Amino acid sequence: MAKRSAPEVNAGSMADIAFLLLIFFLVTTTIETDSGINRKLPPMEEPEDQPIIKEKNIFTVVVNKNNDLLVEEKLMELSDLRAEAIAFLDNGGGKNEDFCDYCQGDRSPASSDNPQKAIIALKNDRETSYKIYIAVQNELVAAYNDLRNREFTKRFPETGMDFVMADTKYSDPRTSIEEKEKLKDKIKEVKDLYPQKLSEAEPKKVN
Amino acid sequence: MSKFKKKKGGDLPAISTASLPDIVFMLLFFFMVATVMRDSTLMVDNRLPAADQIHKLNKKDRVMYIYAGKPSNSYKSKYGTSARIQLNDKFATVNEVGAFILAERASKRQELQNVLTVALKVDGETNMGLISDIKQELRKVNALKINYTTRQGVFSQNLQ
Repeated sequence: MAKRSAPEVNAGSMADIAFLLLIFFLVTTTIETDSGINRKLPPMEEPEDQPIIKEKNIFTVVVNKNNDLLVEEKLMELSDLRAEAIAFLDNGGGKNEDFCDYCQGDRSPASSDNPQKAIIALKNDRETSYKIYIAVQNELVAAYNDLRNREFTKRFPETGMDFVMADTKYSDPRTSIEEKEKLKDKIKEVKDLYPQKLSEAEPKKVN
Repeated sequence: MSKFKKKKGGDLPAISTASLPDIVFMLLFFFMVATVMRDSTLMVDNRLPAADQIHKLNKKDRVMYIYAGKPSNSYKSKYGTSARIQLNDKFATVNEVGAFILAERASKRQELQNVLTVALKVDGETNMGLISDIKQELRKVNALKINYTTRQGVFSQNLQ
């Protein structure tokens, strides 16, 4: 007997298989969010000697149980918070050793001395809604990031990045070690110019 | 009668079922791989709030997840409608958070135990009281690095 050709494989169901898999993937995949606002909690032990902080160096932000925002005892819209926080952090009202040469604020003596001393104190009620709290946190972090971006682009224009981009790149595992080393000092320098001093008080127990 | 017999003669060739085992195997393999991905079923509503100043959690093995929110529809009758904490696959009270973190920490590799982050996946409608309680518990067990997991979006989305 001569060579007999092999019977052709029926590939008609291949499309069905592909559809089956496609539909299955569509149904089962849930988009896992894995990004958010990073925060660091204060350790449990209170430091022994509490430094004395001047009232003018504290920027109080209170969110009450009706989700109203009180900034420095004044009612404020959430959309104005970022600008107000920037104005406070960047004020640079200090003289002599407290003088801040990179600040571009009003230098009002009634507001913060310099960004190293400026503290944002965030207080919230137990009934405050979480999403409002996150919105406030977001705006305060945004204020710091805006200032850091400004200083980063001013000091390191050769990188072609701003602070947030550099920080994202730095924490990306795909970035090479040499590049990380290059970014590390720059990020640290800018972070030290505007240290994130965001204190949170434990909400008061009501009832 | 003969008419019917004639029809049977022009029969279609039988459909090949040769690929059926392949399909079954493929599904089997897929299930085997996919089931590992989701480590816990959500038993709480989880509409995360929106934010834009966000960091990505790059290394999955360094993250511990705490979920909180109102029990989802199928659990409402049993657990009520007030916000609760979910650890792994079950509801938990605030007091159990510390033990959970310690157990999770112990299950990680030695070199990672100091760099762990706690991701708080909390529903936007939750009251801050519950989150403050969780944060206090985390401070007690010295798990200080936290991440409020959020959606990508602008803050004004939270006001609606």
